Amino acid sequence: MTATMQPESEAAEAPRRGGHTPGAGQKTRPRGQGLQFGHWWWALPGIALVFAIHYVATGIGGFFAFTNWTGIGSFKITGWANFEAIFKDPTKVGALSNTLFLAFGSVLLGNIAGLVIALGLNRVLKTRYILRTLFFMPVVLSPLATAYIWKYIFDFDGPLNAFLTAVGGADQAKPWLADPQWAIWTVLVVLVWSSTGFAMVIFMAGLAGVPAEVEEAAAIDGANLWQRFRNVTLPAIRPAVAIATTLGIVQGLRVFDPIMALTGGGPAGATETLATQVYKQAFALGNFGGGAALALVLAAIILIFAVIQQRLTRSNPED
Amino acid sequence: MFRYTKLTLLREIGLWALALLFLAPFYFLVTTALKPDNELFTTSALAPPKSPDFSNFVDVLTATGNSNVVMGLVNSLIITAGSIVGLIALGSITGYVISRSTRRWSKGAYYLFLIAIILPGQLGAVPLYMGARSLGLTGSAWGLIVLYTGMLLPLSIFLYANFFRGLGTDYEEAATIDGASKSQIFSKVVFPMMAPATGTVTIFAGLIVWNDFFTSLIFLGGSDNQTLPVAMYYYIGSLVSQWNSIFAIVIVSMIPILALFLFAQKRFIQGFSGGLKG
Repeated sequence: MTATMQPESEAAEAPRRGGHTPGAGQKTRPRGQGLQFGHWWWALPGIALVFAIHYVATGIGGFFAFTNWTGIGSFKITGWANFEAIFKDPTKVGALSNTLFLAFGSVLLGNIAGLVIALGLNRVLKTRYILRTLFFMPVVLSPLATAYIWKYIFDFDGPLNAFLTAVGGADQAKPWLADPQWAIWTVLVVLVWSSTGFAMVIFMAGLAGVPAEVEEAAAIDGANLWQRFRNVTLPAIRPAVAIATTLGIVQGLRVFDPIMALTGGGPAGATETLATQVYKQAFALGNFGGGAALALVLAAIILIFAVIQQRLTRSNPED
Repeated sequence: MFRYTKLTLLREIGLWALALLFLAPFYFLVTTALKPDNELFTTSALAPPKSPDFSNFVDVLTATGNSNVVMGLVNSLIITAGSIVGLIALGSITGYVISRSTRRWSKGAYYLFLIAIILPGQLGAVPLYMGARSLGLTGSAWGLIVLYTGMLLPLSIFLYANFFRGLGTDYEEAATIDGASKSQIFSKVVFPMMAPATGTVTIFAGLIVWNDFFTSLIFLGGSDNQTLPVAMYYYIGSLVSQWNSIFAIVIVSMIPILALFLFAQKRFIQGFSGGLKG
């Protein structure tokens, strides 16, 4: 896209490229004088669009959280009634705990799997780039398509039960997605499957930054594999861990598409999450006020965990 | 000391075994899609088809109405490309200004965008729908391009702003001395330099818009002008346990993005790992 402009700018940059002239760069930037390059009003269209689509719409939605609006017609302001209703309704409390279980479960398992694969692929493997591509493949698929594939795998007539029967575990075969106890685990499997490749890529980039000499030195000093990982590798990839887990939790708390395609929240609400409940309340059941209140709770939870996560795993606090 | 030893070979074989297990769902996807109707319930779910049959794919590609897949493919392409252009244009210039400005408002604007990234979309969905409907943005590709641009703009601005923070102002200063105007500096000097950030934005936004289901389901609701995931959803909605037909459309919907990924996998993976380090 930018290729056509490249030669021209290359020529302009050439004399200064690669050198850090003393006094150049950020330090000479005059403080407090506003913009030296560009005009401030260049940012206006972007700010206006984000403000309208994110803040105004969310603000209006947030306002309706305190009303009994159905989505059309008139409404009354009901104060905290919608929020009280949430914590009295077992389905919604269940959705809250399912959401937390899925978010933390998928982040934990996806990151462990991603880390193990990244460590396995680190250094000297001949086919590491092919393997990396293969493990990353599920990440680019749409959650909807992924969910349909797994829906078949967990189907009663599907491959999982066929496999169990073939290896003599026929009594273990069950309708996985319709089993109240197992359904949530099937959702977890799907989430882990589609997020492992993402964590792996982040960890591989982090591991690539660990100099081989440092690891060698540790090995010569007699550190075993675990000690080397614990004391050399892990500190070096901390920023990568922070990013992979923060994004994973934010994504996990919002999980919607895979559940709608896999179980629709069932059986009997066993896989209901906050996001699916918001959708059902607001769009299907005509309880927009209640749905908005639930969405506000979800937003608060996401915000809290994002902040905690940032604090916990931040590598250098002065950043 | 990191030489290729017998242990490395063992590790390589182990990882290949893991990869094959990991990608087993693709095996079921392809074998089932190729099964003719009469084999679907008579053969084991684990077995490949006895007489592979492409009629499921023909059915998928000739479907009409709101499950018209070819139409969905074209719409998805237009909407994804349009959103990417919007996100690059607005994201780069906004990210540039807020990261170069030293005034206090630019920091405020930065946090405005950061918080917008994690706000859950459902809260604003109904007000947004009503707003879009009164502006005539529902049911058309243009409307969705505007919506997606607005929805993903915080992410785009965030990626660009982080990129600029790590970049000195040397080139801009040099261009100023050479007599370039502010807009010339941006379009001829700065924009080409941010190619890596542009690549990351393209990949992220492209993937999210291409795969998105919820937004296009709501905002294109009812019209025959559907995106690929919605066309897939409607197509599958009319099938019950017809897994061969379901998987045919799943494969058709996957091919464009998988082909692009395998073709440019290095850029994809760099985009993911590089764009998020900042």
